[in-house]
Amino acid sequence: MSNAMNPTPTQSLDPSAPGRYSKRPKYSRFTQQELPACKPILTPKWVISVFMLVTIVFVPIGLASLFASQAVVEIVERYDDACAPSGTRSDKVRFIQSDANKTCNRTLTVPKHMKQPIYVYYQLDSFYQNHRRYVKSRSDKQLRSRKDENAVSTCNPEDNNVNGSTIVPCGLVAWSMFNDTFSFSTGNDVQLPVTKKGISWKSDRDHKFGKDVFPKNFQNGSLIGGARLNESIPLSEQEDLIVWMRTAALPTFRKLFGKIEVDLQAGDTIHVIVQNNYNTYSFDGKKKLVLSTASWLGGKNNFIGIAYLAVGGLCFVLAVAFTIIYLSKPRRLGDPSYLSWNRNPSGH
Amino acid sequence: MGTGRRKKLNISNIYSFQCGRTTTRFDDDGSQIGGPGFSRVVYCNESDGVGQSYYYDADNYVRSTKYTPMSFLPKALFEQFRRVANFFFLVTAVMSFTDLAPYSAVSAILPLVVVITASMVKEGIEDWQRKQQDHEVNNRKVKVHRGRGVFESREWKKLKVGDIVKVEKDEFFPADLLLLSSSYEDAVCYVETMNLDGETNLKLKQSLESTSTINDDSNFSNFKAAVKCEDPNASLYTFVGTMEFQGQQYALSPQQLLLRDSKLRNTDYIYGAVIFTGHDTKVIQNSTEPPSKRSGIERKMDRVIYFMFFVMFLMAFLGSVYFGIVTKQDLEGDRQKRWYLGPDRSDVYFDSNRAPVASMYHFLTAVLLYSYLIPISLYVSIEVVKVLQTIFINNDIHMYYEEADKPAHARTSNLTEELGQIDTILSDKTGTLTCNSMEFIKCSIAGTAYGRGITEVERAMAKRMGSPLLVNGRDKYFDDHHDNDSNLSVKGYNFEDERITNGYWIHEPRSDVIQKFFRLLAICHTAIPDLDEETGKVTYEAESPDEAAFVIAARELGFEFYKRTQTTVSFIELDLSKKRVERTYELLNVLEFNSARKRMSVIVREDSGKLLLLSKGADSVMFERLAKNGREFEANTKKHVNQYADAGLRTLILAYRELTEEEYKEFNEKFTKAKNLVSADRDDLIDEATAEIEKDLILLGATAVPECIDKLAQAGIKIWVLTGDKMETAINIGFSCSLLREGMKQITILLESPEIIAAEKTGDENVIAKISKESVKKQILEGKAQLTASPTDPFALIIDGKSLAYALHESIKNTFLELAVGCASVICCRSSPKQKALVTRLVKDGTGKTTLAIGDGANDVGMLQEADIGVGISGVEGMQAVMSSDIAIAQFRFLERLLLVHGHWCYRRISSMICYFFYKNIVFGTTLFLYEAYASFSGQPAYNDWYLSLYNVFFTSLPAIALGVFDQDVSARFCLKFPLLYQEGVQNTLFRWRRVFGWMLNGLASGIIIFFICIRALDPESYNKNGKTAGMEIVGATIYTCVVWVVNCQMALAVSYFTLIQHIFIWGGIILWYLFLLGYGAMPATISTTAYKVFIETLAPAPAYWFVTLFAGTAALIPYYSYKSVQMRFFPAYHGMIQWIRYEGNSEDPDYVNMVRQRSIRTTTVGYTARSIARDNSLYYLNLERQPPK
Repeated sequence: MSNAMNPTPTQSLDPSAPGRYSKRPKYSRFTQQELPACKPILTPKWVISVFMLVTIVFVPIGLASLFASQAVVEIVERYDDACAPSGTRSDKVRFIQSDANKTCNRTLTVPKHMKQPIYVYYQLDSFYQNHRRYVKSRSDKQLRSRKDENAVSTCNPEDNNVNGSTIVPCGLVAWSMFNDTFSFSTGNDVQLPVTKKGISWKSDRDHKFGKDVFPKNFQNGSLIGGARLNESIPLSEQEDLIVWMRTAALPTFRKLFGKIEVDLQAGDTIHVIVQNNYNTYSFDGKKKLVLSTASWLGGKNNFIGIAYLAVGGLCFVLAVAFTIIYLSKPRRLGDPSYLSWNRNPSGH
Repeated sequence: MGTGRRKKLNISNIYSFQCGRTTTRFDDDGSQIGGPGFSRVVYCNESDGVGQSYYYDADNYVRSTKYTPMSFLPKALFEQFRRVANFFFLVTAVMSFTDLAPYSAVSAILPLVVVITASMVKEGIEDWQRKQQDHEVNNRKVKVHRGRGVFESREWKKLKVGDIVKVEKDEFFPADLLLLSSSYEDAVCYVETMNLDGETNLKLKQSLESTSTINDDSNFSNFKAAVKCEDPNASLYTFVGTMEFQGQQYALSPQQLLLRDSKLRNTDYIYGAVIFTGHDTKVIQNSTEPPSKRSGIERKMDRVIYFMFFVMFLMAFLGSVYFGIVTKQDLEGDRQKRWYLGPDRSDVYFDSNRAPVASMYHFLTAVLLYSYLIPISLYVSIEVVKVLQTIFINNDIHMYYEEADKPAHARTSNLTEELGQIDTILSDKTGTLTCNSMEFIKCSIAGTAYGRGITEVERAMAKRMGSPLLVNGRDKYFDDHHDNDSNLSVKGYNFEDERITNGYWIHEPRSDVIQKFFRLLAICHTAIPDLDEETGKVTYEAESPDEAAFVIAARELGFEFYKRTQTTVSFIELDLSKKRVERTYELLNVLEFNSARKRMSVIVREDSGKLLLLSKGADSVMFERLAKNGREFEANTKKHVNQYADAGLRTLILAYRELTEEEYKEFNEKFTKAKNLVSADRDDLIDEATAEIEKDLILLGATAVPECIDKLAQAGIKIWVLTGDKMETAINIGFSCSLLREGMKQITILLESPEIIAAEKTGDENVIAKISKESVKKQILEGKAQLTASPTDPFALIIDGKSLAYALHESIKNTFLELAVGCASVICCRSSPKQKALVTRLVKDGTGKTTLAIGDGANDVGMLQEADIGVGISGVEGMQAVMSSDIAIAQFRFLERLLLVHGHWCYRRISSMICYFFYKNIVFGTTLFLYEAYASFSGQPAYNDWYLSLYNVFFTSLPAIALGVFDQDVSARFCLKFPLLYQEGVQNTLFRWRRVFGWMLNGLASGIIIFFICIRALDPESYNKNGKTAGMEIVGATIYTCVVWVVNCQMALAVSYFTLIQHIFIWGGIILWYLFLLGYGAMPATISTTAYKVFIETLAPAPAYWFVTLFAGTAALIPYYSYKSVQMRFFPAYHGMIQWIRYEGNSEDPDYVNMVRQRSIRTTTVGYTARSIARDNSLYYLNLERQPPK
C-alpha cells in the first residue's frame, strides 16, 4: 500500500499555521548539487601538453631501462636436446626414465665481462606450473609447521604413501621438483662454486617453510617425480624446494638455481656438467641453462625500455599531429550541424 | 472556536444552481441489507458493553509497510534473489563450496553478502520511513465517547467499530464515520475530500434528521443505535445501510458517510459513529499498489547483462573445449604427457580418461571464474545512486513551492533516469498547464493598460531581443527570479502601477470606470471570505485560482470583500473621496461559470436599488455580447488583450449592464423555472435564459501562464493536452499556452456532420457507430493528406472525445497515431479518464517512446499509471493524482526543471555509470581470460581470492557511484538555457548499443594492453636486482595494480564534474588497494597465502613493478584519451558544445550562443519561442529553409 494515503498534516493552506515552511529544503551546496568542482575539458592545450608530458617522462625512463637491460650480460644454453640421444620423443622419454648415465657436458663462452653475482637459472618451457590442479596440490600448513604434518587433504594425489604414511612435503608441486644439477668450472678446470644461499624469498624461509619440518617419505612411492630431498635438513633451508614451490605465472619460466659469486671475464669458457634428470621430453618442453647478471631493473629484458620509448614516441607523434590539426583546421567549435539528430530531425 | 456568523450561514445556498437539490436521497437498496455483501451490523456507542469488537476484530491501525520485523528477513531476501543476476551470484556462491571453485568460498560470499546487505538495508530504511509515517497517523488523537457523555482523547489506532467520535474543524476523520450531528442546526457539515479524489471544493454532508439534535457531548450518554450496512468495499461514492434508532428504521446514504482521510472544513465539530476502521475503510480498500515500473535504461541494461552472460558462457565453453582436449592428451595409454600433473592418478575433475566429463566440470569452474564479468554490485549501485538522486530531487530548492509548503517528492526511486528521456508529455487540462495559481499582473481599464509587472514570457522575450546572455557569469534569469519571489508579499498579486495602487486611481481620467471595474472584481465571484478576527485580515477560499487572484487584487487596490451571506455581498470601498465606505449589495443570482459559457455573471441590487448584472468571461464570448453603446473601449482593449496573450497571459473580459426591474423579473421567472425543471434539456434552458441577459461595458484583467511549456517545447518534447474541457475552451487554452498559434494549420476531427446528426436522431446505435467511424476515419485520412502535402508547415490536431472513441478503435488507431505524431500539437478535448489512459497507452506502445503523464485530479489517475512516468501535481488540488504518481511536484512549472535538469543529469549519470560498470568488469574479465589462455584453461586465476572478491566491491565501485551521483556534463543553468540538450536523452545517445559496445571495446583493449605489457615485462627474466624471477603472485598483483589504476584513471578521464568527493573516491580507490595489499600482506601467511608480504618484500622494492604500473596505466588509457580528444574537438556532442561555450566564455558571444540555441527552435513548432519567431517572418523562414526536409 502506498504511503501517500496517510494524509499529511501540513497540507493546510492556512498561511498562519505553525511550521509553514517546515518542508522547505535546507540549502546546502551538496543537496543543491552546486559543490565546487573542476570541470575538465579537453582543450588543445591540454591534449598537447598531456601527450608532451607523457613523451617527456617516458623517453628518459625508456632510455634508462634500455641501458640497464643492455648492461646485463646473459648466456642462454638450451641443453635438453643436446643432452639426450637423438631420436623420437618416446626414445627421449625412455632415456630419461631409465637408469642410464645422464651426465652431459656443455661449454659456454662468456661474451662480455660479467660482474658477480652471476645468477644461474634453469628455464623450462611449456611447463604449466600454473595449472590449477598443480597449484592446488600442496599444503601450506604442512610446510609451515610440524604439528600440521597430517594436513594433506589438499595434496591429492601425492598425499599419502601406499602404506598410508604421510608424505612431507606433500603434493604435486613438491613431488615434481626440478632435479637437474649443474656444476661449473672455468676453462682452467677451476671449480666455480654455486651458492644456494639466498636464492629464495626471505619471507618464505621465515614464515612459510618451517624450521622444524623435515622431509619424510618423500619420493618413496612407486612413482618418482623429481628431486629427492635430504631428510636431515629442515624445509626452511631447502632453498631449491622453496624456489620451486613458488609457482610460476606462465608456462615459460626461469627459476633461480644459484649464484656464482666470481666475476667472469669476456671470452672465458665455462664447462658445465649437467645432470640431465628432469623429464621434459614427455611434453616437449625445452630446458635451458641461463647465466645472467642483473641490473637495478632486473634481467636482460628490453621490453620495458622499448615499450616506453615506443609509447613516448607515439605520444610525441600524436602531440605533433594534434598541433598540426589544431593549427590547420581552426574549425569553429561546436558546429551544430554535426549533431546526429539534426541530420534526421524526425528522430528514428 | 468559529464565529457566530459562520454558523448561521449555510453556504450551499449561495450556489443558486444547487438550490433545488435534495440533500438526502433514499435508495431502495435497503432491501439488500442483511443479504450477502451487506451483512455488517454495528452497535453504536456500546464499546464499553457488548463486545462487537470481537465481531469486527479489525482495529483502526493502518499499516502501509511492506515488511514486519518478523517477515523482513525472508521476504526481503526473497525479493533480492528474484533478480536474475543476484540469483546467479547466489548459485555461484553455493557452488564455491565445492571443489569446482577456483577460489575460496568465503571470498566468493563476501561481495554477495555486502551487496545483498546494502540492498536490504535500503529496503529496511524505506520501510522504516513508512513505519514512521504510519506511526504518526496511527497515533493522532481524536475525541472518543467514553461513556456518560464524557469524551476523551484517544489515539486513532485504538478506535473500535461503534465508537462515537467528535471531530473538530480542520481535523481528518480517523475512520469511516456515520455522521450523526454537527455544530450546524441542520446537521450539515463541509468536507474536503482532497485526499480522496483531488477535488478542492467542499462537499456537503448531512445527517439524518432524527439524529441531528444530538449535538452535545452530554446527549451521548444514552445514545444507542444499530447500523446495518454493506460490507467493507472500495467504492468511494456508494454506501448502503439502515439505522435503527429509537425503534425506527432509517435508510442511510453516502450523504451520511464521512470517509477517512477527508477533512472537516468550515464546521466547528461533528459527531459520528465509527462504521469501518483501519483496513476496512473505503480509502484504504481503495488504495492499490501502484504498478511497479522499470525504466527503459534498466530494461536495456538487462539485455546488456544477458549479452555479458552469453559472452561469459561462450568464454567458458571455449575454455572447456580446449581444456578437455589438453586433458585428454595428457594420458595416452600409459604414456603421460604432462606427468607432473599426475594424470594417471587424477580425480574426476582432471581425469584424462573421462575428458568430456572433466571438461563439463571445468565449464562450471570457468563460469565461476568468469562471473567477474558480470558486475555484481551494479544493481545495488544503481539503487544507491537512484536513492541519492531522488534525495536531490526532493531537496531541490528550485522545485519547492512556498505557498503550499511543498517540495518535490519522488515517490519511486527507480525512474529517475527515465525523466531524461521523455518524448511526449501528456498533460491534463488548463489547471495543470497554468500552474493552478495565478497572479493578477495587468489590466486594461477603459482602454488604458495598467500594470508594470513582467511575466516570465516577457522577460524571456526581452532577453531574446536584447542579449540572451550571462552577465559576468551570473545567471540573469535566476537572479531576477529570486528577486521577484522575495518581493512578492501577497500571493496571487503581482501588480505594480503607481497610477492605480494606493488609491491613486481616483486621479485617473476615467476613475468612474475604474471604480466599476474593481467593484466588479470584488463582487462577481463565488469566493468565500475568511475573516481573521485577531488581525482583521481577510483570506479567501475560491473555486479557482484566477478567481482568488481577482478578489485579492480588488482587496489590495482598496475594494476589500469581507463578508458573504446567503443573499448579500459586502465590501469596504475606498470611494472617490478617499473614504472607506462599507457597501452591501444584495445578491440575487449567480450565473455560474462553466466551460461552455466561458463566463460568469452575478445579478446584484445596489443600496440605491439599482439592478446590475456583472459579468466576466473569455474574450471570444464577451466581445460579441457587447452593446452598441458599450463598445467605447473595444478597439484599445482588444489590442491590449492581444498583447497580453502574446506575453503569455490568459485574459478575461469584464463587463456589466444595468437591468430594469421588468427585465430582471422576466429573467428570474425564466431562470427559476429552468432550474426547477428535471428534464434532460434543463441545462440548455438555463443557458438560454442566462444568454439573454448579457451586454455592455468593457474592462479587463489578465493572468500569467508559465514559460515552462516553451522550454519543454524547445527541448523537443511533444506536448499533448488531454482535457475534459469543451473544444472551444481547449483551443483557447491551447492558444494561451502557446500550444497553438496563428499560422498553424488546425486539423479538427469532429462528429458534427449532418448525416451523423441525422443518424443520432434515429437512435440506432449501430448505424451511428458505423457512420461515426467512417467519418472519423475519413477525417483522419484527410488530415494525413494535408500533412504530407505541406511537410514544413506546423499542424495542430484537435479531436473531441466522441471522435476519439472511434479514433482509438483497433482498426484505425495506428493511422490516428501517425497523424497525431505528425502534428506539432495535439489536443484531445472532452476526453474521459479512460480515454486519457487509452491515448497514453497508444502513444506509449505505438511510438515506443517514453511518455510522461502529468495531472492533478482523480480523473488523471489512469493516465498517470499508464504512462512510463506519472507526475502528480500536489500544489493546490488533491492527493489522488499524487497517490498514483511516481513523482509529485507542486507546480507544473517545476516540470521544466525536473526534466531538463534532473532528468537530464540522472539519465546521463545512470547511463554513464552502467557503461562504466561494464567497462571495468570487462577489463578485469579480459585479464582473467587471457591468463587462462596461458594456464591451459585450467581455471587458475592469477589473482589471490580476495583480490577477486574485493575488486567489484571496494576498489572500483565507489568512483562509479560518485559518477552516478555527482556528475554533471553541464550545469543546471546551461541545461535550462539550451533545452535541446534534453534530446540526448530522448534519442538515447548515451546508452545506445554503439556506446555500450564502445565502452566494452575500450575495456577489452585496456585489458589486453595491461595483460600483455605485464607478462612481457616481468617474465621470464628476473625482475629485480636480486635476480629473483616473478612468480604467479607477483605477476598477479602487478596486473591487478595496473587494472586498478587504469580503471580508476579511466573514471577520472570520463568525469566531467570533478568534486572533492570524486577525488577522494577515485584516488582513494587506488590508495585503498595499496593499503589493502599492505594490510593483507601483513597478516599471517595462513590468511594471506599468496599475498603474504607480497608488497613490501617483492613489489615495492622493485623498480620494474612501478615502471610497469606507470607504463600500463598510461598505455591503456591512450586510446580513449586520443579518441576523446578528437571527438571533443571535432565531433562534440551537444553537451560537448555547451561545455565549449562555458569553457571559452562564448556565452558572451550572442551570435554563437544563438547559433547553438537555434537548433532548438528547428525541432519545435510550438511554444512561445516558436510563436515569436513565426511573427518575425524573416528569421522564421530562414529557419525553415535550414531545416532539412522530413
